Amino acid sequence: MTHEKLWEVFIRSRNGLHHAHVGSVHAVDAEMAVENARDVYTRRGEGVSIWVVPSAAIVASDPADKDELFEPALTKIYRHPTFYEIPDGVANI
Amino acid sequence: MSPTSDRLLTVADGCLVLSHRLSEWMSNAPTVEEDIALGNIALDLLGQARSLLSYAGSLGDPVRTEDDLAYFRDERDFRNVQLVERPWGRDRPDFAVAMARLLVLSCYLHALYSALVTSTDETVAAVAAKAVKEVDYHRDHASMWVVRLGDGTDESRDRIQAALGEEWRYVDELFDGSFVPPSLLASGVAVDPSMLRPAFDARVGAVLAEATLAVPEVIPAVTGGRRGVHTQQMGFLLAEMQHLTRSHPGATW
Repeated sequence: MTHEKLWEVFIRSRNGLHHAHVGSVHAVDAEMAVENARDVYTRRGEGVSIWVVPSAAIVASDPADKDELFEPALTKIYRHPTFYEIPDGVANI
Repeated sequence: MSPTSDRLLTVADGCLVLSHRLSEWMSNAPTVEEDIALGNIALDLLGQARSLLSYAGSLGDPVRTEDDLAYFRDERDFRNVQLVERPWGRDRPDFAVAMARLLVLSCYLHALYSALVTSTDETVAAVAAKAVKEVDYHRDHASMWVVRLGDGTDESRDRIQAALGEEWRYVDELFDGSFVPPSLLASGVAVDPSMLRPAFDARVGAVLAEATLAVPEVIPAVTGGRRGVHTQQMGFLLAEMQHLTRSHPGATW
């Protein structure tokens, strides 16, 4: 159809969790985008909440910049929280 | 057939046949998203049909399964209204016809299930309580499209208005209460379809007003689906729906 835009879909799978990107749908406006997202991405009980965002509103990093953006982090293993002794009495970590 | 199971079949067969017709939109809707939406709706209706067919079959003597009833009855034994069996257009499927019909039937089913939630038959009440949420979404989906088409381009407006006019000839049959046994009304198991008309008219009227469309004024078709009298297309529909099961009875995979 004409006038269709692409929308990015975010689903929150449970209360307390965050919305996660699951894919995209075509729709002419936000209302139809929510309906289409419901029909395409929540058929198997995947979610309790839907966000849709015009794909054109997404600002992406430039793949050419990936070395400067991401490579410096690869050598900084001390940023992973694996160097701490966790006392036995602390639950849920 | 007991009066209750016969009445159940009028609803169950309607859901089954409409579900089958809707499945014809798979890969034929305007967008892939709409393909999936109509597939979801078809599956909801199939689920309702299965629950009601199973229950209707369990009340009979001999007891029959949902598959017995869906695949091994002939045309004259189907109790669905004629609106659900009609093809989606004269020459080729018309999306406007699909949305007009879905609006009519989802508004009707919503009114019906809302009333059956308080049926004195516990199984009927439970099926209705689950189904009413499903048809609520079908109604929203159809309403959204009818408003878009009616308040859209000249082409979409002409087609949805024409589709409503064709469908409307079969609307009165939905609300014909003459086939419901008085005993089922007295016991609170069934509802009189004619009582559902005000809620239907209010809802459909509001959607058509928002869509800037006129409520059709047409001469009703001669119908009789609930007595087993069907249109010419019903036989072709059943042939497609039933032939595999009849060719390989009892097959599993």
